[in-house]
Amino acid sequence: MLNIPLWNRVLIWGLVALGLAFAMPNLFYPRVERHNDAAAAIEAGTATEDEVAEDLSGWPGYLPSTLVNLGLDLRGGAHLLAEVQVEDVYATRMDGLWPQVRDALRDERDTVGTIRRQASPADELHVRISQPDGMTAALAAVRALSQPVSSVTAVGAMTLDIRAEGDTIIVTLSEAERAATDDRTMRQSIEIVRRRVDEVGTREPTIQRQGDRRILIQVPGIGSAEELKRLIGTTAQLTFHPVTGRGGGSDVEAGAREIVLPDVADESLLYRLEQSPVLSGEDLTDAQPAFDQNGQPVVTFRLNTAGARTFCDYSQNNVGAPFAIVLDEQVLSAPTIREAICGGSGQISGNFTVEGSTELAVLLRAGALPAEMTFLEERTIGPELGADSIAAGEVAAVVAGIAVLIFMIGSYGLFGVFANIALIINVGLIFGLLSAIGATLTLPGIAGIVLTIGMAVDANVLIFERIREELKTAKGPARAIELGYEKARSAIYDANITTFITAVILYVMGSGPVRGFAITLGLGIITSVFTAIYVTRLLILLWFERRRPKKIEV
Amino acid sequence: MRLKLVPSETNWDFFRLSSVALAASGLAVVASIVLFFVIGLNFGIDFRGGTTIRTEAHSEVDVAAYRQALQGLDLGDISITEVFDPTFASDEHVTLVNVQAQDGQESVSAETIAAIEAVLQEVDPTITFPSVESVGPTVSGELVQTAIIAVTLAIAAVLIYIWLRFEWQFSLGAVAALIHDVTLTIGIFCLLQIRFDLAIIAALLTIVGYSLNDTVIVFDRVRENLRKFKKRPLKEVLNLSINDTLSRTVMTSFTTLIALIALFVLGGDVIRGFVFAMIWGIVVGTYSSVFVASAILLRLGVTRDWTKTDGGAGGTQFANIDA
Repeated sequence: MLNIPLWNRVLIWGLVALGLAFAMPNLFYPRVERHNDAAAAIEAGTATEDEVAEDLSGWPGYLPSTLVNLGLDLRGGAHLLAEVQVEDVYATRMDGLWPQVRDALRDERDTVGTIRRQASPADELHVRISQPDGMTAALAAVRALSQPVSSVTAVGAMTLDIRAEGDTIIVTLSEAERAATDDRTMRQSIEIVRRRVDEVGTREPTIQRQGDRRILIQVPGIGSAEELKRLIGTTAQLTFHPVTGRGGGSDVEAGAREIVLPDVADESLLYRLEQSPVLSGEDLTDAQPAFDQNGQPVVTFRLNTAGARTFCDYSQNNVGAPFAIVLDEQVLSAPTIREAICGGSGQISGNFTVEGSTELAVLLRAGALPAEMTFLEERTIGPELGADSIAAGEVAAVVAGIAVLIFMIGSYGLFGVFANIALIINVGLIFGLLSAIGATLTLPGIAGIVLTIGMAVDANVLIFERIREELKTAKGPARAIELGYEKARSAIYDANITTFITAVILYVMGSGPVRGFAITLGLGIITSVFTAIYVTRLLILLWFERRRPKKIEV
Repeated sequence: MRLKLVPSETNWDFFRLSSVALAASGLAVVASIVLFFVIGLNFGIDFRGGTTIRTEAHSEVDVAAYRQALQGLDLGDISITEVFDPTFASDEHVTLVNVQAQDGQESVSAETIAAIEAVLQEVDPTITFPSVESVGPTVSGELVQTAIIAVTLAIAAVLIYIWLRFEWQFSLGAVAALIHDVTLTIGIFCLLQIRFDLAIIAALLTIVGYSLNDTVIVFDRVRENLRKFKKRPLKEVLNLSINDTLSRTVMTSFTTLIALIALFVLGGDVIRGFVFAMIWGIVVGTYSSVFVASAILLRLGVTRDWTKTDGGAGGTQFANIDA
């Protein structure tokens, strides 16, 4: 009657053992964490096995070593929600397109006459031609620059929308190209943020795309959101511009399509530069700190093939002319081109300190952000606050647990003991699952676990109450237990499925801490149903088989 | 000897005062709605935008001095709340400083925060800032929207689930109880002016889940008893079912409350509002599963025509699935 097949028993105990094995490392959190860090350091090649032997030996390698990630509110750190100004890239693209359009139209000079770039919205390129009769030829020449969009979703679409208004050609990016560009911008931004955050080697940062143009950045262990923002560098744009003039104070005024930027060391020294850069940071493949022949710190860089060719052409045509290396709207240096530079590499000198050159190299290597970011949400949580929260959560969980255990024994006697064993296993399983899936535990998550402690007994209470009822009709203890489980099942399922639905909705709609709560609540529901229906049943069965009581009291 | 919260045999008439209870509940719901529009919720920065700085000092907090110091910065609306908590050490004095969202800025700028920290440090050199949170108006607007969608979705999903498993009358009763619970929780937050932030939405949804849990268990027994006692009037069957499940309802609510009260007292001030919402929700949810959900079910009546279905199964085609 009450029998559970052997393979079922093995499966139940196996699952419990597996869950508890995964949960166990969390009991030795600091030790396992040091072990994992050491293992990661060896993996990354930043440390040898001897250096970190002590940390490594703190936890045996054959045991599971996955830990529950602690959320920012428990560990401390910084949280940023950034919005990428994807439109910035349209302007950059238009500036980059202008020299090509100019060259294409120059080839048609006989029919289109002289050409001039007009003032326009940043995401459009307006070009006026002096002979409107040649518009057809001009449009054809510019259209030749348009290429098929490289995106799976926009087959057949071209990159540029080109139209004529009077004597002006208006070039914009096509819808499909904008979408493709936005996507590229986002991926590039995320990649750059990730590389910069990784440079400081913090543990488990979260860098996630959210929606169309947002990035969620969470870095545990960092001092403040401000520090994180500085690290990400909101405007680190490296560009190379032709210099059209330099001087001090008001002598320097920007002409059409020109910009005036100050020198990095001397604010009063101003450079007049062409607005369209010859090269930008995207063409850089590598940058390293080094020293020049005078022992001054410099940064050497290498360019990709396209960048190398562009730079080679430019330097060939402009020997003797100065060009400016611009970072964050400041001129780092403006060397004069002495000869054509075609090797695809070069060096940047400025009045660097050693740290300065190293930092710049890191920035350059990580690449410039393609577009500016605005920060919609910033949170800094100090590590002490997190530690306090953990301590408070632990105390509350222990007190809650003990109170519930005592109450259950008081109410159900021996059956209460079974329920309690199941409850302890249940909490272990929640931690095991959290570790195994690499979920993050947050403060509301702890609340979720405490709530589960309270609610986990619910299924057992339902069953026990039912067994009590069945005992009244006196069918013998074995039959009563069996009926109790059978009849309580539909109520247990219905009750838990409805709660589970809300947990799923919380998970999908929520973010951060709320999501952490949804995870522990959802997992808690699964494990509590499992422990109540299978584990306590098995415990009761084992006891029943040994004792064979004629009468039971629940 | 067993600990018993409820006598093992009860035969209480829960519907004797059901009209009074329903009226009281209706009144409470209306009062909550009035409170919401008259006093309103004390929204945290998650929903309103702005910056919250948590300060911690070793010496007594002089809120007036803090305010005086911050006034000079011209930041608009500032609120300073001192936080008291049994888990704090004796020389731990915590406040929450709220600054409204600044015009033309998404999140508050680094300079503003640095300025605030500097002037407070002048007032009290021992002061530290364990957390600084800043949410821009764009995001807070979206968070409000998401929160409303989440709660509505949860209620709708549950409505459909119960409809499939039981009958539409059950489903209406359960959802009425849910709306009752959620509204009353919002009402108490308006009344007590407890900070309403993102975590409270999680609490609200948990209340939705818990209240349902209770309601569903009563309904499950109603369904069973309706099949068992085909001739008895609905009111008797409902009463019987509530009495049958009373012991478990009280037991579960009690154990959950034990756990939550431990968390409320010992869990620290950061999640106190959240835990309070859940405690309130469990009390209200337990009440509503009997006095709202069942009372409405009684008034709506149940189709007790079992002839169409095989084996005496009531409800819909999904009622027999042991899902």
